[in-house]
Amino acid sequence: MANNFARILSGKRNVGIMSLVGAGSLTAAFLLNREHVTAGAQVRRVYPASADYPDLRKHNNCMASHLTPAIYAKLVDKATPNGYTLDQAIQTGVDNPGHPFIKTVGMVAGDEESYEVFADLLDPVIKERHNGYDPQTMTHPTDLDSSKLKSGKFDERYVLSSRVRTGRSIRGLSLPPACTRAERREVEKVVVDALAGLKGDLAGTYYSLTHMTDQEQQQLIDDHFLFDKPVSPLLTCSGMARDWPDARGIWHNNTKTFLIWINEEDHTRVISMEKGGNMKRVFDRFCTGLKEVERLIQEKGWEFMWNERLGYILTCPSNLGTGLRAGVHVNLPKLSKDPRFTKILDNLRLQKRGTGGVDTAAVGSTFDISNLDRLGQSEVQLVQTVVDGVNYLIECEKKLEKGQDIKIPPPVRK
Amino acid sequence: MPFGNTHNALKMKYASSEEYPDLSQHNNHMAKILTPAIYERLRSKQTPSGFTLDDVIQTGIDNPGHPFIMTVGCVAGDEETYEVFKELLDPIIEDRHGGYKPTDKHKTDLNPNNLKGGDDLDPNYVLSSRVRTGRSIRGFCLPPHCSRGERRGVEKMSVEALDSLSGDLKGKYYALKNMTDAEQQQLIDDHFLFDKPVSPLLLASGMARDWPDGRGIWHNDTKTFLVWVNEEDHLRVISMQKGGNMKEVFNRFCTGLTKIETLFKDKGTSFMWNEHLGYVLTCPSNLGTGLRAGVHVKIPNMSKHAKFEEVLKRLRLQKRGTGGVDTAAVGGTFDISNADRLGFSEVELVQMVVDGVKLLVDMEKKLEKGQSIDNIMPAQK
Repeated sequence: MANNFARILSGKRNVGIMSLVGAGSLTAAFLLNREHVTAGAQVRRVYPASADYPDLRKHNNCMASHLTPAIYAKLVDKATPNGYTLDQAIQTGVDNPGHPFIKTVGMVAGDEESYEVFADLLDPVIKERHNGYDPQTMTHPTDLDSSKLKSGKFDERYVLSSRVRTGRSIRGLSLPPACTRAERREVEKVVVDALAGLKGDLAGTYYSLTHMTDQEQQQLIDDHFLFDKPVSPLLTCSGMARDWPDARGIWHNNTKTFLIWINEEDHTRVISMEKGGNMKRVFDRFCTGLKEVERLIQEKGWEFMWNERLGYILTCPSNLGTGLRAGVHVNLPKLSKDPRFTKILDNLRLQKRGTGGVDTAAVGSTFDISNLDRLGQSEVQLVQTVVDGVNYLIECEKKLEKGQDIKIPPPVRK
Repeated sequence: MPFGNTHNALKMKYASSEEYPDLSQHNNHMAKILTPAIYERLRSKQTPSGFTLDDVIQTGIDNPGHPFIMTVGCVAGDEETYEVFKELLDPIIEDRHGGYKPTDKHKTDLNPNNLKGGDDLDPNYVLSSRVRTGRSIRGFCLPPHCSRGERRGVEKMSVEALDSLSGDLKGKYYALKNMTDAEQQQLIDDHFLFDKPVSPLLLASGMARDWPDGRGIWHNDTKTFLVWVNEEDHLRVISMQKGGNMKEVFNRFCTGLTKIETLFKDKGTSFMWNEHLGYVLTCPSNLGTGLRAGVHVKIPNMSKHAKFEEVLKRLRLQKRGTGGVDTAAVGGTFDISNADRLGFSEVELVQMVVDGVKLLVDMEKKLEKGQSIDNIMPAQK
């Protein structure tokens, strides 16, 4: 802890007391009563809070579930030191009532301090979204020691590819919903400079969205690496697509197994992936790469946004903690038709998606299976959960192939 | 909103050159006019309600534009935007509105008796006639910037005014968030219902926030006078009917608008208006009269004629598809309307449409008979 603190203090970017303090339960309590964090610009308001309170009667998202008129009235006049307001944080949830079956988060952070200034709303949202994790009393474990992972090589007759992703934010710069163009460009510069220092199998090239050639673009599309301007109103309503494609880009290593998105939904999204079932190697590269990037930005006086109660800080509260999604594309023709499939996944703390990502349906019987949780469990724990869980699913599939029966496993945690 | 004055202080930490947008791929009025020097001078400013330069230009940054269509690329968040950011907006207005100078005065004329003719456009060709404009209520921020409370305030005040209209203007308000399925279907069938905008030009300005809160449609019982509340502007006012009697449409338009304005004055407010810019609306393209008078007209022969575009240009008219601004024409039926908004009065613009459409129909009839139209080509207005 003392090391962290000293390192933070020596960092070049001193952006206010808030972001310097990331350690210790005493300081956590201090953080929760930080009236003086609202040293930002005065919020201009002409109407009382009750006249501006949003109509959330048709809404079904975490923000709408927890934003009472009282909380709104308490927070609506506040702003973070950068000037980010409650109305800005909740706009995406007001504009997107949600789906009756999928509960979206409905709010974003504009900067690191949002999680403190708007804690009265964000803490209950976080608790609901993260399976009861209470930011006011709990601490989040970070563990990027991939050597602890047990097993992690899947049967490649079933597992087609393996992937681990997370996000990282650069402390001292506003997040995508709120950042100015200069800040966004600074994020790009800081990260690209650091990535240029990667060596060996991590050495790679940066492709800026603004400057890439048609040929480069086609190659990135063929590799399934290219990200495009978001179309989902969940994202665009938060303001994160402003000024597209300025300061956005993709970096990947020469072997195309380590990939970083810059200034999409987060400052950075970090992805390690390869065909086949060697999740262990994917996770090794993930941890090595992340730590190397962190070391390189620290050389220049920067660091990632992180604190003990929330782990790594990202734009969407759903990605706090580890921000980690470890997953596979796996073929489960028999198991996926079994009526117990969903329950098995639930108990294993796994989630299924189509192979096109979060909003897609499965094609044939190939599923994207990944961890449900993000916060409250470490990286090692979550990847282990995926390894153990996917192995179990494959065992079920093999049993069903042989005409044997399968069992719903006991829940791996509460 | 979207990112208001609360971020302006943050931006000032950075040099102007670091914040200046990349407009190298852009083709809109804002991108043509904005320079690093102008950006530097204006970026620390904000209107009294907190609307900033970046708020003004965000839609133009996010929408580089089309190589053939020149969009405006900026919006106003309140009446004062046009003053505080004059240095940027005056040249844009001049460029967009045919050389209208910062010192020019705009004439307002809503006296329908000044319109000559207009009641005899041939209904075999002219299928429908319509006049629309917008109005903003002084004292409230405009759709890109207003808070929910303000937007609801605009709605409340507008509905109160509209509810007191009588005679053939008597009607009813349908709030978007409260309408029944039956009401919604009727409004769709009448072609009255407006939906949440999908155009990124509009969305990027922040005007669709909180949809459908505070939005609604009012129309009179005879369905010839229609008001949209809180779509792209505080109010959009539309008078329309089938056939070619533009005079009647314009009469009703002027009568209705004048009555509504009187009702607002009784409540101690008024429409945003000044001598230089006329009626103040969200998009600089709608300043002045904010008026688009148009017809749906069947001109299959004329529209294929080599001189069609030239004729329209000389008549100061514009063509659109019958689905509105972003659509293509279907089967030779076009939406023909005035190209100008500012620098001409309402009467003058409607006169141009009436006279111009009459000529186009005459040309169509000639072409049907295989005659030439060369001897009735108009002079440039």
